[in-house]
Amino acid sequence: MPDQPNRIAEVIEASTAQFIAQCYELYELPPLGSLVKTGDIYGIVCHAETASMEPGRKPIARGKEEDSEEAVYRSSPQLSKLLRSDFTAAAVGYKEEEKFYQYLPPHPARIHGFVYLCQPDEVKEFSQSFGFLNILVNAALPIPTEELIAAALRQMSRAHEDSRAFLVAAGKELANLLSSDFIRLKNILGRLL
Amino acid sequence: MTDRLGIVTTASLEKGVDVRLDGPVSVEDMVVGRYVTIEGQKRRFFGMITDVSLGVTDDRLAVSPPDVTDPFIADVLTGTSTFGTIHVTPMLTIGGDAESMLEGPQPVKTIPAHFSTVNLASERDIELVFGQEDPQRFHIGNPLDMETKLCLNLEEFVKRSNGIFGKSGTGKTFLTRILLIGILQKSKAVNLIFDMHNEYGWQGTSEGGPPVKGLKQLFQSKVAVFTLDEENSRRRGVSTDFVVKIGFDEIEPEDIVLLRQTLNLTEPAVEAVYQLRRRFGKSWIQNTLDIEGAENTKELLESMNIHESTFQNLKRGLATIRRLPFIEPHAPVDAVRSILEHLDRSINVVLEFGRYRDITAYVLVANMLARRIYTQYQSRMEKAMAEGIAPPNPLVITIEEAHKFLNPEVSSQTIFGTIAREMRKYNVSLLVIDQRPSGIDTEVMSQMGTKITCLLDNERDIDSVLAGVSGKNELKSVLARLAPKQQALIFGHAVPMPVAFQPREYGSAKSYKDFTSAGQKTTTEKAEKDIEKLWE
Repeated sequence: MPDQPNRIAEVIEASTAQFIAQCYELYELPPLGSLVKTGDIYGIVCHAETASMEPGRKPIARGKEEDSEEAVYRSSPQLSKLLRSDFTAAAVGYKEEEKFYQYLPPHPARIHGFVYLCQPDEVKEFSQSFGFLNILVNAALPIPTEELIAAALRQMSRAHEDSRAFLVAAGKELANLLSSDFIRLKNILGRLL
Repeated sequence: MTDRLGIVTTASLEKGVDVRLDGPVSVEDMVVGRYVTIEGQKRRFFGMITDVSLGVTDDRLAVSPPDVTDPFIADVLTGTSTFGTIHVTPMLTIGGDAESMLEGPQPVKTIPAHFSTVNLASERDIELVFGQEDPQRFHIGNPLDMETKLCLNLEEFVKRSNGIFGKSGTGKTFLTRILLIGILQKSKAVNLIFDMHNEYGWQGTSEGGPPVKGLKQLFQSKVAVFTLDEENSRRRGVSTDFVVKIGFDEIEPEDIVLLRQTLNLTEPAVEAVYQLRRRFGKSWIQNTLDIEGAENTKELLESMNIHESTFQNLKRGLATIRRLPFIEPHAPVDAVRSILEHLDRSINVVLEFGRYRDITAYVLVANMLARRIYTQYQSRMEKAMAEGIAPPNPLVITIEEAHKFLNPEVSSQTIFGTIAREMRKYNVSLLVIDQRPSGIDTEVMSQMGTKITCLLDNERDIDSVLAGVSGKNELKSVLARLAPKQQALIFGHAVPMPVAFQPREYGSAKSYKDFTSAGQKTTTEKAEKDIEKLWE
């Protein structure tokens, strides 16, 4: 693998609204809510799982005689090849001619497309506008959207010098989006700091 | 700092405009009575804040309030889920094109479009609407919470009868002094002031402060003080110009009619007055009081169909009048003629009542003098019209306790009712000062041009002052929330739109200087102009 430290995974399943990627290394998953990209498409990590390669073959408990969790993997080196870490990213925008569009992408991601974890500069640039919040608010996701939105904003706020101002601005945008649903808004705001 | 407040969300010509405030604008800075401008697509609107309220986007916010002690939550919610709204009553509009710019502000006939920007009115806006201080416009105060000078066009003001209202102790007298100075300086009109409490001519009192100067002290050459009570005036150190005495023979039956309530006269007694006047002529009071004891009393009364008890009732009343020290069988000098002479020389006349502050004396004297002066004005005006000569100086008569003269029972009989109704036909108008406007005949109230009102809290008084004004309900909320002192609402003929204002300062050395210097400037200007004309 060439020296590309941000390249973390590869797309193995893709649709318009989301793509699933498999990590190159077991447990090297991007955090929930982090911004990733494949090709020109940007996504926010909304779900991740680590499971057996083969659906029918379940892992079994192996650590009874071992001293530590690491020792389990050391004594059974095949485990890292039999297990895999996958994550799902909700598509929240794309780049075209050096410009961000926070809409659903015109085409889904390509299978085997490389997935990169976005660096702070790119995150900062992407989060200049809050169009992605609307996509997340309305997305059908395996986890509660409140959790995801809060996680994504927390992640993004780290890329901004004045993270509080960023969160207040995002909060105001959410307040407009959720103007008729205060309870949801309250749940998100409660998870931001 | 930008003065942007928010945007128009809903509007109706009838009900006014609702404005959603922007996030950074604090609802607590919005005060009822303040001026705003609305930038419509084609025209600007001027309006007044008449209500302030809070809104939430989701009712659940009110049911389970967020934790606002967390500054983050408070920051996010302010201006988004929770917001302030103000209700604005648009009053004037000015079009965007050059032609309508020249026309100036017009009454509002439409409403601004959706989401028009709303700003706080700037000093320039206020000047555009009310004008700058000039030879006709007089600085009467500042709009609430603004530094701008609010100017009143006094030339327009004196063209109608006007009223100053407000509860006792709200600053009516101070306001009146300011207006009188304005009239004295900026218009051609002369004042005749029936000064019941001796407050306008010479030193007046201010609550909890040193005495304030009167008109005569500020404008020596333009004001004359007449008095009914020479002794009292002398004791107070007032330099009076004339002592008014009233002769019995000057009192007419109409004057007695007006005093019916205060003298406690019965209806037949009032009827009898006319009969006695017919019988005895000018000296009827003297003769009536002399009847007692004469042998033929009974016959005399029978011949006039006056019942004995009625006669006694009337006599008691007349005796009350006779006891007034300024009443004499025959007045040595004609007070009316002297007043008119002063007025003709453009000298304002303040008539002090001295110790005779009871309402009987005030009503009797004010009505009697005003009636005779009005008659003079009437004949002079008619003569002026017929012969094309200069009409007499416009006259403004100031009366206090106006409900005694203008209540529905007597307003049709007193001269003040006539003046209020006939308005400017004979160059005489009224400046009415009263604390119970609901006691004044509605017909008279409706004829008043400009009304200035300090705080009123009686529902009926508020209703009667605001009767017939558009946007009455909105103004009501402004009026009811005026500070108990030194704030007033002005609306009507002389102002383009209602405005709540704080009257300018009166009482400090600086304020006196401002008042007198403004006058001097105009007089020197006038003199220069006259000199120029001379050489043309």
